[in-house]
Amino acid sequence: MIYLDSAATSLHRPREVIRAVCEAMEQLGNPGRGAYEASLQAARTVFRARTELSRLFGMKDPSRVVFTANVTEALNLAISSLFGAGSHVITTCLEHNSVLRPLYRQEARGASLTILPCDEKGRLRYDLLEQAVGPQTKGIVCTHASNLTGNLVDIRRIGQFCREHGLLFVVDAAQTAGIFPIDMEKDKIDVLCFTGHKGLLGPQGTGGLCVREGIDLESLCVGGSGVQSYRKDQPPQMPEHLEAGTVNVHGIAGLLAAVKWLEHTGVPEIHRREAELMQRFYQRIRQIEGVTVYGDLEDTPPENRAPVTALNIGTLSSDEVCDELAQEYGIAVRGGAHCAPLMHQALGTEEQGAVRFSFSYFNTEEEIDCAVRAVREIAAAETETPV
Amino acid sequence: MRKKELRVVVSFRTTTQAIAMEEAGKAAGLSGRLIPVPRQITADCGLAWSEPVQGREELEQQLSERKLGYDQIVELVI
Repeated sequence: MIYLDSAATSLHRPREVIRAVCEAMEQLGNPGRGAYEASLQAARTVFRARTELSRLFGMKDPSRVVFTANVTEALNLAISSLFGAGSHVITTCLEHNSVLRPLYRQEARGASLTILPCDEKGRLRYDLLEQAVGPQTKGIVCTHASNLTGNLVDIRRIGQFCREHGLLFVVDAAQTAGIFPIDMEKDKIDVLCFTGHKGLLGPQGTGGLCVREGIDLESLCVGGSGVQSYRKDQPPQMPEHLEAGTVNVHGIAGLLAAVKWLEHTGVPEIHRREAELMQRFYQRIRQIEGVTVYGDLEDTPPENRAPVTALNIGTLSSDEVCDELAQEYGIAVRGGAHCAPLMHQALGTEEQGAVRFSFSYFNTEEEIDCAVRAVREIAAAETETPV
Repeated sequence: MRKKELRVVVSFRTTTQAIAMEEAGKAAGLSGRLIPVPRQITADCGLAWSEPVQGREELEQQLSERKLGYDQIVELVI
């Protein structure tokens, strides 16, 4: 199989990650539930993962790295805590449902929402940002990159805007953590939400959020903490304040190994390689008759985009194309709506969906060329088909 | 049971604080270790750092220099 669906999850992971998960399952106890070696070793593993992630994201205090099951849980936690009834929130049409649905829920509870539009290539309309701010505006929640088009959002620009206007800034880094440098300080991010199993190359079931000093969030659930057991409420200290119950130590051990691998390999090098593969694919399919590519690939250097290329072939259903790619060519890509309804509306692909090719550091040029050949053949067959 | 002796004990409000102390303590060459928080401090669950009393000065220096969060420091026969 040729796996070109890394925006969904990183199927190819460093061996170190798999080994770390297996070793953790054999050796680690419950962190913070005892002073014996297996429990301490689990607590050390979790602590080191916090430390590595805080370093990766430019945050000083590792205790403000909170683990969740995925980025969706992290976004739910941040959005439900920060944007209650009466507050106004700004977001973008590039968002995934992991941002939109928690915001819609807050809207139903009395918050108000402004959704910034994009242009015909899916680029955010920054020029409308200023006029979206009102007296009740409390913050901006936005993705770092569209999971559909790969278009990047200039989070440093929005972070600066938020700081100047006294707004909170929540970033969904689902598509960029581990691929692009992200710095909580320089990008002026208040809450950074990440998943562990995509660009960070860790196991599924891992994710979390980095919470800037001074930002208080309310946990989604309360329960065991291993400390302060006679309190009726969750301990107020981070990170236990937001982590009720046993965290996913086995997964976090894998995530720790993954982040170490990323640091050893270098995030810029990984990004360079993925951008190179994306560009190779795009340059070879852009002229194929019947192929429509979405996003700002023509105008933006590949290094300023997430490693994603979304396209359609003629009027073929994207799911049908995906099935053809899987069955006839052994190529795994994603079709359909990509949980990004507003982006599809903006691109006019609500009915057709889109075929998304997403690239990983572990893909090869041969795999890219194979995918190009497949697209060319499907497009040729489609254009030759009599109506 | 092991023979009891006077120790200086630091308790913590979170497991994260306890592990941060352990990392700092090992790096600084302290001879103590993490133990279950003694009942004399609290009946709550959690971890504490236990250090020979002679090491108290160095221990407090580490807590201060590295700005490590903790709950309390007491001397106990444990």
